[in-house]
Amino acid sequence: MAQSRRHDIAPLLALLPALLIVVFAYAGTMVWTVCISFTDSRLLPVSDFIGLEQYARLFSDARWILSARNLVTFGLLFVGGSLVIGFLLAAFIDQKVRCEDLLRTVFLYPYAISFIVTGLVWQWMMNPSLGIQASVRGMGWTSFTFDWVVQRDMAIYALVIAGVWQSSGLVMALMLAGLRGVDEDLWKAARIEGIPTWRVYMSIVLPLLRPVVVTSVVLLSVAVVKAYDLVVALTNGGPGNATIVPAKFVMDYLFTRQNIGLATAASSVMFVTVLAALAPWLYQEYFKAHRAGGHA
Amino acid sequence: MSKSLWRTLLCGACFALSPLAAEAQEAVPAEVIHWWTSGGEAAAVKVIADRFDAAGGKWVDNAVAGTDNARAAAVNRIVGGNPPAASQFNTGRQFDDLVGQGLLADLSGVAVAEGWAKIIPGPIAAAATRNGKFFAVPINIHGQNWLFYNKDVFAKAGIQDVPTSFDALFAALDKLKAAGVVPIAWGGQAWQEEIVFEAVLLGQGGKDLFLKVFRDHDLEAVHSPRFREAVEVFARMKAYVDPGSPGRAWNDATAMVIAGHAGLQIMGDWAKGEFNAAGMAPGGPKVGCSLMPGKPGYLMGGDVFVFPKLGPGATPTAAQALLAKTMLDPVTQLEFNKRKGSIPVRIDVDTSSMDPCAQVGIAMVRDPANQVPSNYFLLTADTLGAVQDAVTEFWNTPGADAKSFVETFAGVIRSAH
Repeated sequence: MAQSRRHDIAPLLALLPALLIVVFAYAGTMVWTVCISFTDSRLLPVSDFIGLEQYARLFSDARWILSARNLVTFGLLFVGGSLVIGFLLAAFIDQKVRCEDLLRTVFLYPYAISFIVTGLVWQWMMNPSLGIQASVRGMGWTSFTFDWVVQRDMAIYALVIAGVWQSSGLVMALMLAGLRGVDEDLWKAARIEGIPTWRVYMSIVLPLLRPVVVTSVVLLSVAVVKAYDLVVALTNGGPGNATIVPAKFVMDYLFTRQNIGLATAASSVMFVTVLAALAPWLYQEYFKAHRAGGHA
Repeated sequence: MSKSLWRTLLCGACFALSPLAAEAQEAVPAEVIHWWTSGGEAAAVKVIADRFDAAGGKWVDNAVAGTDNARAAAVNRIVGGNPPAASQFNTGRQFDDLVGQGLLADLSGVAVAEGWAKIIPGPIAAAATRNGKFFAVPINIHGQNWLFYNKDVFAKAGIQDVPTSFDALFAALDKLKAAGVVPIAWGGQAWQEEIVFEAVLLGQGGKDLFLKVFRDHDLEAVHSPRFREAVEVFARMKAYVDPGSPGRAWNDATAMVIAGHAGLQIMGDWAKGEFNAAGMAPGGPKVGCSLMPGKPGYLMGGDVFVFPKLGPGATPTAAQALLAKTMLDPVTQLEFNKRKGSIPVRIDVDTSSMDPCAQVGIAMVRDPANQVPSNYFLLTADTLGAVQDAVTEFWNTPGADAKSFVETFAGVIRSAH
């Protein structure tokens, strides 16, 4: 035991630079951010501690509360929508359709486009006086209405549409890889038993794809928490403040509104929330797996 | 023979090099961060650069696209100990903290020598000074309460006179609506909605009410019937915009007026650049400009340059002082502002060669009674953001009532500092 300890020094030394970077660049800046959130910093960071005042202001700010609510709405619908549509696309392509390569590229293409461009394009398409509504009306269906992006109550769903359009291709690619890994024999056995295809997908294939689904959820959730560019390009938080999200709230106060104290308070709350949501899952995935591995 | 030839050659080389060497020693490069990247803006800033170079300086251009990005870049450089020689901000309170932390050079020496206090309108000078010392060089005045209208569209709708009262304005808007065009080309972003609100508050409520609300944070003024009237006038405009307006950029709104799809736009004088680029110079035969109706006043915004301390002392370096002086010399002022669409910050410049709208603006600004500082001068960025939130919520909520807006607004003003 003691002998192997001594041998461990070399890898530790090799990892030291990476460790230093993690400690100072990641953990260090996080601690710094939390510290600044207790100060009265405006344009410049200062060490004028004022306790929890920024947090008190934050939670009495209707715009912040709304941004948190929007994040939940957008997050649930965006992750759910991307998963469902991504899975359906993958299942469709998995039927050995013709031009599979072409379709795969087409479905994955939106993911290659940044959220900024996605937002801008959908802003034009959904603008009632330029986009889809105007074209359909121009073709003769004059009562056609699709103006979610300018409706306060519906604009958040317009964001979901654009987001799902962009990201379901990624889910499709992941799911397709997973589907291709499903044993052919399973399908043959199911066919012999006469089980309907949809039932095989639901009861056999999807449970097999669990790791792929988890990966997709993690990737999509990261996009939700940092949702900023899509919102800026599509609605810029409007109409009014209807589509404000936490990341935009933070950016507004960090730059335009010159209140670093409030911005760091908001980002600290985001950080703690993500940590709180992530901790049980991390525990589940890693510690339990680690323990199981130890037993084996 | 060969020796003397060498000597001659060497001497010649010396003479040829000496002026170069002297020049290189004199012209210290001065790096300037600004956000003027569009065509007209770049042409305007080039005037300053060329004049500075001609005066013996060496302009090092650092254009950063986007106002927020440019300011963030400058602040990071200043805090990080590698400041540029000069950096752009909007006239007003955006650089409060930099002065407070002692990071900016005190330009009083140049200001006194050049007599800035006498040639710059009071509110602009006030916005560039802290405790009587100049910490910024204001270089232009943008009017924010302009009304640009398409003359053909007005004629077709049967509007003869430019509205000078809000009643006449709404009568004209009704006519435009009846003529089948969008009456107001509305830019549906929070900052645009807020400057229209400012313009309406000034026109309907007058300068004294405007200053009581935004400068003195007087809650009685916010709850006064006159403020309420202004809010209601602002709300009446909702009936005259098209459903596609939310999120629209100001230049897209300008394009609607240019194309004749809309009658008028309420916007700052930077919109002149778009009209000029389309060959429809404001004040010419196709596009008219007038100030918002109602009580008189010129809502002034603009840009300044601050000069971060480059050494231990509080005074600017020679290059910085030269740059500051160049920015405010009469020729630079005139040529820069012609291209920028704003008006000179010095009221003693001969401006007869500027466009008709600028002439109107200059005539207004020459009378101190008409000089109204915009919210950028009066409010911190934080409070201005809160005002924008309140205004944009009120504008975009169908059926929002004026009373609850006044309550929200009073809350913002109460916590202003």
